[in-house]
Amino acid sequence: MIPASFDYAVARDVGHAIQLLGTSGGEGKVLAGGQSLIPLMKFRLAQPALLIDINRVAGLSAIKENGDLRIGALVRENDLEANPIVRQRYPILVETAAVIADPLVRNLATIGGNLAHADPANDHPATMLAVRASVVAQGPKGERMIPIDELFVDTFTTSLAPDEILTQIRIPKPAPRSGGTYLKLERKVGDFAIAGVAVMIVLDASGKVASAGIGLTNAGPTAIRAGRAEDVLTDQMPDDKTIAEAASRAAAAAEPVSDLRGPAAYKKDVFRVLTRRAIVKAIARAKGGA
Amino acid sequence: MAVETAPATTTGTRRMKVHVTVNGQAHEVEVETRTLLVHFLRENLGMTGTHIGCDTTNCGACTVLLNGRPVKSCTVFAVQADGMSVATVEGLEKDGKLDPVQEGFHEEHGLQCGFCTPGMMITAAALLAANPDPSELQIRQAISGNLCRCTGYVNIVKSIQYAARKTRETAGGKAPDGG
Amino acid sequence: MAVEIGGIGQSVKRKEDARFIRGRGNYVDDVKLPGMLYLDIARSPYAHARIKSIDTSKALAIPGVLAVITGKDLVPLKLEWMPTLMSDRQMVLPTDTVLYQAQEVAAVVATERYIAADGVAAIEVDYEPLPVVVDPIKALQPGATLVREDREQKDNHIWHWEVGDKAGTDKAFKDAEVVVKQDIYIPRIHVSSIETCGMVASFDKINGKLTVWMTTQAPHAIRTVIALVAGHLGLSEERIRVISPDIGGGFGGKVPVYPGYVLAIGASVLTGHPVKWIEDRSENIQADSFARDYHITAELAAKKDGTMQALRVKTVADHGAFDAAANPSKYPAGLFHIITGSYPFAKSFVEVDGAYTNKPPGGIAYRCSFRVTEAAFTIERLVDVLALEIKKDPAELRMQNFIPPTAFPYTSSLGWEYDSGDYGRALKLAMDKIGYAELRKEQAAKRAKGELMGIGISSFTEIVGAGPSKHFDILGIKMFDSCEIRVHPTGKAMVRLGVKSQGQGHETTFAQIVAEELGLPVGDIAVEEGDTDTAPYGLGTYASRSTPVAGGATAIAARKIREKAKLIAAHLLEASPDDIEWKDYKFQVKGVPAKSKTMQEVAFAAYTNHPQGMEAGLEAVDYYDPPNLTFPFGSYICVVDIDRGTGEVKVRRFVAVDDCGTIINPMIVEGQIHGGLTMGLAPALYEQINYDDDGNIQGGNFMDYLLPTAMETPNWETAKTTTPSPHHPIGAKGVGESATVGAPAAIANAVVDALAHLGVRHIDIPITPWKVQKILKEKGVAE
Repeated sequence: MIPASFDYAVARDVGHAIQLLGTSGGEGKVLAGGQSLIPLMKFRLAQPALLIDINRVAGLSAIKENGDLRIGALVRENDLEANPIVRQRYPILVETAAVIADPLVRNLATIGGNLAHADPANDHPATMLAVRASVVAQGPKGERMIPIDELFVDTFTTSLAPDEILTQIRIPKPAPRSGGTYLKLERKVGDFAIAGVAVMIVLDASGKVASAGIGLTNAGPTAIRAGRAEDVLTDQMPDDKTIAEAASRAAAAAEPVSDLRGPAAYKKDVFRVLTRRAIVKAIARAKGGA
Repeated sequence: MAVETAPATTTGTRRMKVHVTVNGQAHEVEVETRTLLVHFLRENLGMTGTHIGCDTTNCGACTVLLNGRPVKSCTVFAVQADGMSVATVEGLEKDGKLDPVQEGFHEEHGLQCGFCTPGMMITAAALLAANPDPSELQIRQAISGNLCRCTGYVNIVKSIQYAARKTRETAGGKAPDGG
Repeated sequence: MAVEIGGIGQSVKRKEDARFIRGRGNYVDDVKLPGMLYLDIARSPYAHARIKSIDTSKALAIPGVLAVITGKDLVPLKLEWMPTLMSDRQMVLPTDTVLYQAQEVAAVVATERYIAADGVAAIEVDYEPLPVVVDPIKALQPGATLVREDREQKDNHIWHWEVGDKAGTDKAFKDAEVVVKQDIYIPRIHVSSIETCGMVASFDKINGKLTVWMTTQAPHAIRTVIALVAGHLGLSEERIRVISPDIGGGFGGKVPVYPGYVLAIGASVLTGHPVKWIEDRSENIQADSFARDYHITAELAAKKDGTMQALRVKTVADHGAFDAAANPSKYPAGLFHIITGSYPFAKSFVEVDGAYTNKPPGGIAYRCSFRVTEAAFTIERLVDVLALEIKKDPAELRMQNFIPPTAFPYTSSLGWEYDSGDYGRALKLAMDKIGYAELRKEQAAKRAKGELMGIGISSFTEIVGAGPSKHFDILGIKMFDSCEIRVHPTGKAMVRLGVKSQGQGHETTFAQIVAEELGLPVGDIAVEEGDTDTAPYGLGTYASRSTPVAGGATAIAARKIREKAKLIAAHLLEASPDDIEWKDYKFQVKGVPAKSKTMQEVAFAAYTNHPQGMEAGLEAVDYYDPPNLTFPFGSYICVVDIDRGTGEVKVRRFVAVDDCGTIINPMIVEGQIHGGLTMGLAPALYEQINYDDDGNIQGGNFMDYLLPTAMETPNWETAKTTTPSPHHPIGAKGVGESATVGAPAAIANAVVDALAHLGVRHIDIPITPWKVQKILKEKGVAE
């Protein structure tokens, strides 16, 4: 499988990349980790006229905590997984990064690419929904923040303008008594999810759920937030019945399709099972467990 | 915050001269920009130890180290490696001495047809560089992006354990300050 | 002594490793010749369509594209069709109709690999889609869409084949106390060796010599096929050289002749340049021959106490659009009639009907000897169905019924003469090793708590080593194999064989046989295979035949050398040959150990001081026609745990006890078993190639065709018993495929066992999480 020919340009900085995108007449593509884009190009399902390589742009590979957690778009999945801050305070991100594709792919694949590609099968989107992240988009007119709920428009389509680049992901600092997890069922290691569920729970001092975030992978044209399930939990004592109800609501929200990863009805039920398990695990973490 | 305007070069290029250091040796070759790193190694440099086993970034037969990290060279353009270092199976043996990973694969029968072996060994070498004493699970996780159809992985795991042991023993034999 | 020699039974480290661990293997895609061109293939997006037109102009306009070959271009050369190994024919390129998705439609020849790919992308084909039939059972019904318009017979039936006593079997079923019946579908799977197929063809116009480097498991047979197919173009067998260099896995997928090979040869003859063709993985998975695809109905008749009496099996075999299977001519369903397995059925009857469908050709092996996995899976599954029916422990039922060790050689009711076996011993060992009784206790305790675990047994009998020439041939060529040994004056030996390793370690194991027979150190023996200009004629490596057949040839060729060497030794020792004995790897005068000669001394003398009247030199060749097949066997026990929420099956433990007769190299045998087990796990839980109703392949690449990784694969536990083959020169039986044959049933039986208390009797493989979870839901035990 050989890609079609393309023009190649190395962006010196974000501004340069934006300028290249702007002048490509919609035919330009940003090359970050390339682990989704290059396979598509090899099958000639993507044939960009211009490939804008942003891998040499400085300043997009940092992870820092500054009130919130700020992750540069070019951070590789393995670096995210290994980062001491992330490991210590954001286990949900570690768990998400650790199940994306395989370890070799994760050495190149970037968190920004995982989100900007807007593949509903990608794993970060659900997690970002659960943790209520925002992304920073940079375009010719400057920067803007996009709340994660407004990022995913359709399969492979985001609300980024054609000449905007996703440069950073911002994740709110975990509240006290919070815990999160990402559970993914896959046909084998390295596969996309049959179903994936990200859950972030914050408990109040009484043990009630102060807030809940639940994101679902491969549950429709985009990653989705299971808002009804979140509502069921919020302000409630998370007993078995409430959790089960929330899990059922999450399954009801999921609209998976029948494919080689199983029939839709099966997947819907797996969303229920994984959501229940993820809520239980997130609550245990919120209470200080592993 | 406004973005500063970049100097105007809006078009890219179809051919490009790339400088890549492979196994310590510098190469400068002009290639088509669409040239995959694996083809660059195999066709332009004639280094055929790195193999191609799939077209969907699954099998890992093409694994090389790019600036020290194992990646699938079928999913990297050669132009992306410009100015970087690449390590391939051909560079594992140094000064006529096999790398412990190579030795392990031979001693523990970690290969049969040999086709996945270069990629598997490169992944193993990277693992041991980062984690000199991996558990069996860590080994299995590390090689989960490399498919083998012959061995059933059991002896590959043993080969990597052999190499880990050997590396630790060798390191342990050195002066405490590391020499 | 034995350790120094590295003879039979030693875990000698592999000689071939030296190049592979340094990246110095020489696979087909590593071959690069001056002036070499590249060939790439355009393929059909439709499963069945009329080709209205092919526009090659845009492709030809690309600088560097030298030629585009279509079916019409092959007609004047009489190359648009080629014969298959099964008395059928196959399109090289279609002239008017494509019969399956990904079928070759046109070939582009270009100066570079990338330009050839651009050429393929630029070819424009106008198709008129036709009705598609993908289900072989529907294909055999009257009025079904006709796949093969080119045949005189205007239906999709290829052949009917049957064996056994039909009337006697029917009567046994009528009279039986217990009958169990099970429909079993064994799905289409693909070998997917990590190296795809490919060729470099180099035709020397001046000398008329064709040299090809090719991913083939059978280089000599290929040479003959080329001569037969293209003889009319001036390709003559003495000027055809087939080189099978290092092969990156075969498993049966590199036995057939694929159109790409013919096109590469044609392009080289046409252009006078070397031409390389290397498949992509997608092409390999979508168009190269498949395995399995058997729709089986199996019935077993028994007494109430479990005594097995009769077996009746009806099967529809999906062969795709061409019957391009690689079976011995006499057996269109391969050796499927080993289906009586390890049990002494008094009566049995098997019938198989082959069908054409709009799919790529099927019916090759998948690391198994000619349909033996289909047979072993069916009988081992059926035995468990019987165990459930009569409520008997499946181990006990097997022990009760096994062909007893005293019954060998044993002739089955379907006509095979089993050479040797001790099935009870293997099962007992497996049960002891895994702790069978304790596992049953654990299972009962878990069931009480609502947890699901299962224990599955498979006590399979294989049939390999094809084969005796009275029954076995491919295209009329008898299935002997060969070995030529030359012992050089300095006591070093060159061994050449007609088989071809694809990872099995022949360079080591065949050297060990020679070492054992001649007393030469294994390091002094070079083994060469895969070059038809130098190796003796042989049928190649597949169906676990190298050790049973070529291994026999090697031992006998070595013994021929030893016979001659003995005469030379007698001459050197000034003794009568009758007074010379072979002892401790030396010739010595009987009773006088001090008077002895080593093989090295004899070898030197064979060239410098041989007896008057004797031919100089120390060489021998043997073409070995085995008197019978060999029958390796084993007992496998698998333990699985099932996730009640997701339906996931996890293999917790797997103990494999194998008996392959005499073991040449225990390290290599164990490695073969590990690999075979993983290729047994794969179709049991993961791999399957399906088609939608329009004939679109589902899972035509490694994203969706799920080869197990190190994470899915358990840590296999192995053990062995040794029951030598009485008819094989060194008692060896072959082992490369046993585990692939035996493992799927053990895993499927374990899953069914986990659910048996809910009334489950069978689940078709691959046992996906959704199949299991559906059952859990229906039975009301899902999380």
